[in-house]
Amino acid sequence: MSKEQQQVLGEVLGPLADNERLKRESNFLRGTIEQDLQDRITGGFTADNFQLIRFHGMYQQDDRDIRNERTKQKLEPLHNVMLRARMPGGVITPTQWLAIDKFATDHSLYGSIRLTTRQTFQFHGVLKPNIKLMHQTLNSIGIDSIATAGDVNRNVLCTTNPVESELHQEAYEWAKKISEHLLPKTKAYAEIWLDGEKVETTEDDEPILGKHYLPRKFKTTVVIPPQNDVDVHANDLNFVAIADQGKLVGFNVLVGGGLAMTHGDTSTYPRRADDFGYIPLDKTLDVAAAVVTTQRDWGNRSNRKNAKTKYTLDRVGSDVFKAEVEKRAGVVFESSRPYEFTERGDRIGWVEGIDGKHHLALFIENGRLLDFPGKPLKTGVAEIAKIHKGDFRMTANQNLIVAGVSTANKNKIEKIAVAHGLMDTTVSEQRKNSMACVAFPTCPLAMAEAERFLPQFVTDIEGLLDKHGLAKEDNIIMRVTGCPNGCGRAMLAEIGLVGKAPGRYNLHLGGNRGGTRVPKMYKENITEKQILEDIDLLVGRWAKERNHNEGFGDFTIRAGIIEEVVVSKRDFYA
Amino acid sequence: MSLNKKESSSNTELSQGNTPELPSIASPLNDQQLNQLQQTVTSLSSQQLAWVSGYFWGLSQNQPAAAAAPISQAAAAVAAKPAGKLSIIFASQTGNAKGVAEALEQEAKAQGIAVALYDASDYKGKNLAKETHVIVVASTNGEGEAPDNAIELHEFLQSKKAPKLPNLNYAVIGLGDSSYEFFCQTGKDFDSYLSKLGATSFIDRIDCDVDYEAQAKEWRGKALESVKEALSFGSEAEIVQLPVGQAAVGHSQYNKQNPYTATLLASQKITGRDSGKDVRHIEIDLDGSGITYQPGDALGVWYENSSELANAILAKVGLSGVESIDVEGESLSIHSALVAKYEITSANPQLVSKFAELSGSKKLQKLVDDKDKLREYASNTQIIDVLGEKKTKLTAEELVGLLRGLTPRLYSIASAQSEVEEEVHLTVGVVEYAQGDETRFGGASSFLSHRLEEGAEVKVFIENNNNFKLPQDDNTPVIMIGPGTGIAPFRSFLQERDNRDAQGKNWLFFGDRTFTQDFLYQVEWQKYLKSGLLTQLDVAFSRDQQDKIYVQHRILENGEKLWQWIQDGAYLYICGDATRMAKDVHEALIEIAQQYGKLSRQQAEELMNNLRKEKRYQRDVY
Repeated sequence: MSKEQQQVLGEVLGPLADNERLKRESNFLRGTIEQDLQDRITGGFTADNFQLIRFHGMYQQDDRDIRNERTKQKLEPLHNVMLRARMPGGVITPTQWLAIDKFATDHSLYGSIRLTTRQTFQFHGVLKPNIKLMHQTLNSIGIDSIATAGDVNRNVLCTTNPVESELHQEAYEWAKKISEHLLPKTKAYAEIWLDGEKVETTEDDEPILGKHYLPRKFKTTVVIPPQNDVDVHANDLNFVAIADQGKLVGFNVLVGGGLAMTHGDTSTYPRRADDFGYIPLDKTLDVAAAVVTTQRDWGNRSNRKNAKTKYTLDRVGSDVFKAEVEKRAGVVFESSRPYEFTERGDRIGWVEGIDGKHHLALFIENGRLLDFPGKPLKTGVAEIAKIHKGDFRMTANQNLIVAGVSTANKNKIEKIAVAHGLMDTTVSEQRKNSMACVAFPTCPLAMAEAERFLPQFVTDIEGLLDKHGLAKEDNIIMRVTGCPNGCGRAMLAEIGLVGKAPGRYNLHLGGNRGGTRVPKMYKENITEKQILEDIDLLVGRWAKERNHNEGFGDFTIRAGIIEEVVVSKRDFYA
Repeated sequence: MSLNKKESSSNTELSQGNTPELPSIASPLNDQQLNQLQQTVTSLSSQQLAWVSGYFWGLSQNQPAAAAAPISQAAAAVAAKPAGKLSIIFASQTGNAKGVAEALEQEAKAQGIAVALYDASDYKGKNLAKETHVIVVASTNGEGEAPDNAIELHEFLQSKKAPKLPNLNYAVIGLGDSSYEFFCQTGKDFDSYLSKLGATSFIDRIDCDVDYEAQAKEWRGKALESVKEALSFGSEAEIVQLPVGQAAVGHSQYNKQNPYTATLLASQKITGRDSGKDVRHIEIDLDGSGITYQPGDALGVWYENSSELANAILAKVGLSGVESIDVEGESLSIHSALVAKYEITSANPQLVSKFAELSGSKKLQKLVDDKDKLREYASNTQIIDVLGEKKTKLTAEELVGLLRGLTPRLYSIASAQSEVEEEVHLTVGVVEYAQGDETRFGGASSFLSHRLEEGAEVKVFIENNNNFKLPQDDNTPVIMIGPGTGIAPFRSFLQERDNRDAQGKNWLFFGDRTFTQDFLYQVEWQKYLKSGLLTQLDVAFSRDQQDKIYVQHRILENGEKLWQWIQDGAYLYICGDATRMAKDVHEALIEIAQQYGKLSRQQAEELMNNLRKEKRYQRDVY
């Protein structure tokens, strides 16, 4: 008997990948996770469950620093899970914060809270016996981790702009609505983790995602120009907020961005999203569902490396995809309303919103909240949470905004922030514009260091900027990611490093400040020393030869140092 | 015709061999008896002789004071059967008592004493009534209990069924460890039971401590002298074949006195980096030694003490280390003697008492008056810290006068030769704790884990343990309970069952402090679960949750199933801590028998005792 073949629009894509089997057989994401929780012999999950827990927001990981050591000790790897919470728009209340702070301290191996590029927090190093407790703790404060990983629509991002508070509030509400609308409807999460009542799920219960869920992960944002903090081109589906007189009226819809690729596989590449056009607000959920269901039906379920929306667009044609979305959503896209992205970073420090409230953006290096020697960051945030009356906003740049502070509380909060090393005037612009994914020791995919590599690397870059006489505000958007899967969004940076092997990276150049251009590989598999030598030369040229206000990425292209990637499929490997 | 020993012993001349018509062995008969016998014998055909031998044998068994001769008696020897012999019975757990009994047997043979050696489990208590001379070599198990192989005999002698023993002359040598409360208790018990039954002790019992060698040897000499006087005629020794296990083990030229110099192959820590314990997996190369062992056996390891510790001890008592001292006829520096000849880590009550006297320490003298506190103190304090209680200058002789001789440490073997061939593996818990600002180490465990480098030499020997053996039948299910380093023999058992392709089910209980750091041999059990060799594995990690969970809790949780396994003939094995774990597990098993077998407490206890007697409940606890 031949394996089931997938056909899309008459084209045979091939036999279904094994992940399709496991989704189909999972009984709507239940698998045998409950049995695994009873298994006291391993700290890990077995077979399909290893993948299925991702749909519940967790990844099985282990401490890779001690993997070999434990092999010798005849102990299995130190299996644990990382949990990524579902926090549309990254808004979290002080009460919630204090609860997650306590859980991280009491029940995780690393004792940290990690803010991530998905605008949410992650717990790292939770052992199996504490997993249910973790979900129940989150549930008690109104947080879940449904569908923050796996082949589903993940945590929906939303620009954190606290200045235009009203517009942000509207956009944020949409982010929540979209998240809820696209969420799996199976009760598996409640059953397994919250001891919920066991209810049978049928295909009718999953009208959008279906029994097989999506071919691959799917990411959605709501963005408020001119900020592009969410990095739209890293996402499958983006709603660009269009305002009229400060009031949200509709969205431009961008489809098919994505940064993941596989080393050595030129059928994979980072790609910008295509602009489908404008829709009025009331069509938002219909369009969201139509894009998701089209990708659900047309996405490649045979080859997971070509399964994301960006490849579906390139395979069937962006126009064909768009027409299908129009048909399914019952809309016709109007031409895009004009907008511009000018920046991606967070405005670190205090800003005052139009509502008169104060907002303090804290730069959190690598998003890692932990009590470091002399810098008790995690305690600092908890101390703020104890007196803060507004909320917190986690940003897609891994920073934290203390939002909605009254004038009365401003000084108190600043005092705490300063005392705990959360406000540090010595942090350079370069550091604020640098970012890394988690990588070692917890991420199983990491090929090279990222989070632990970044701080010193930034210091070295600062030295080079200084050496070539650049001003304090001059900086390069620089990102390091431990593997080519894209969490660190290096494929939208001016300098992007992609981990290849311990101590070795591919060096990409040519992204721009606004995040609308994919950088191209400049050198492959080089060491830190070689990278610094190259950057030394390039920064030297930039300092001398740049035009007024010309960013480093734009300069590298104008100077012919690197070729521009216009159409990824054509240009990225050319 | 009588084979009464009293007559025979008075006819010493006949033992000189001047009755040529009879077989050359000495006869206990007087002239008249001998003549009568000779006349009869000469008229018989060989067939008739054989019949008569059986007849006489049967007759002899009904004589109350006759010797309980072993069954392997040759037919032709009937007429000359020695009237008196020495029976040696050993009650042994780890093999020390058996070793002493075997030495006794050899020495008796060398002196021409008729001798039979019995494993206590094979000796029928009522036969004592037919004996004239018996020596019991008894070790003591755990908290004063009889070793598993002697439970039945021990019980029988205190029961109403025990016969009166007016004709029995006996002696008891006890082996034990004075750091335990019930030191040499089993030896004391046998002494008192036999005495109450009317038997006469022909030499005072001796209670030997862990460094028993010299003392035991001296006692054996005296005892045999006394036996020889009483049974003063020559005879070919009768040797009783030892039961189970022994046959399978090839006798090696290496033993405690003559250990094999092996090399250390590996010493690997098998607890995680955040564990509170350091447990080592030790691999030792036996290549070319010809040494063989069976699952359940132990490895004796001779070790050397740390030179630093020896120096520290010498400094405590004001010695430089170069002072010379005689040890077993050899002149050594006191430093060398401490490193190689004496136990200088674990204290014992005697040492504390002696030092209390020498030092005049008020604290120690107070302890000496309270036996329980003394024992507790001695078992929790290393020698160097005892000496530190009061600064006292000692001579080299005074110092060694406090110390016991160095004895090898025994470790349950953690490998099966069917798997590792000419290697032997151990699971060694490294004893290490802080004493003030200093760290104290266990003698042997720190030798194996810290001082011995891979490739270095280590002197070892095998101690057979016939009381901890897999069932003969590979189809028999086994239940193994081995928390902590008690897991060691079960690694050996499982390797053996795996290589024998044994079809019986295997159920393992393991426990320790934490899942992530202390799950000894975790990946090996996972593989065995996957392959199906391990039918079930239940684990208890005491510190992973608020309430302490131990193996006995997992046993109770699985009570119904475990009871079913016992009904299906499963063998039960426990290895590890004797003071708490083994008792708690035993209690759990009794509870299960009561609950699922609907037994009374007493019936449940009887059941467990019967299982022990049937070797279906075996323990290797320490």
